[in-house]
Amino acid sequence: MTVDTRHIPIRSDVDIVEARVATRALATRVGFSSTDQVLIATAVSEIARNIVEYALSGEILVAPMDSGRKGVEIIARDDGPGIVDLSKALEEGFTTRRGLGMGLPGARRLMDEFDITSKVGRGTVVRMRKWLS
Amino acid sequence: MRVPILKQGNYLIASIQSALSDEDLIQLHDDLAQRVGKYRSKGVIVDVTVLDVMDSFATRTLRDLAQSVRLRGAETVIVGIQPEVAFAMVQLGLELGNVHTALDLEEGLELMGGLPV
Repeated sequence: MTVDTRHIPIRSDVDIVEARVATRALATRVGFSSTDQVLIATAVSEIARNIVEYALSGEILVAPMDSGRKGVEIIARDDGPGIVDLSKALEEGFTTRRGLGMGLPGARRLMDEFDITSKVGRGTVVRMRKWLS
Repeated sequence: MRVPILKQGNYLIASIQSALSDEDLIQLHDDLAQRVGKYRSKGVIVDVTVLDVMDSFATRTLRDLAQSVRLRGAETVIVGIQPEVAFAMVQLGLELGNVHTALDLEEGLELMGGLPV
């Protein structure tokens, strides 16, 4: 069974819900346990909200991985203002908005791999993976 | 989607029916804070059984909701947090603070009956 990559444009809080639903559906088809499905969907919710809060618009790609090891890869991309101090943004409790400052560090905690690149004035890319255990 | 709020005696029961956007959650907060006064309710039960994700925003909004309701003279019980959702919340370090929780609606009503309001 092939699992199709999902691409979700993120422009408003309604799209955050859409991203969560699409992610959970894909994680289910890859074979993740219901606990892992929720962890992955929650991580996506956090980074999708970061896009809406800080960048206003962007996109999230959810793709199955199946090269020897199965898993799911999520790429969140935006053309927002970028993050000036990445290490600070990854600190728990740090926020410049109405959030809890859980977004990036929270997503990192829920996934197996987490990588972020950001250019001020250009945007941010978050890449994260979770493997089927 | 607006969350239906049912009045039952001294209590209000908000049964979330589907995944909620941030706006829906804020609307629920506002609706409950307002209706607690309108119906002079002593307690609010929010049933989150259908929510399969409770991220930092949802958790904070529910905590704020309980705080607003308390300031209006009533207590809140959150019921129906699913086991996977509870696990994810713990992993994320999310807490509901001193907000009451119960397994389901039945236990929520029982708990509410014993609260000093």
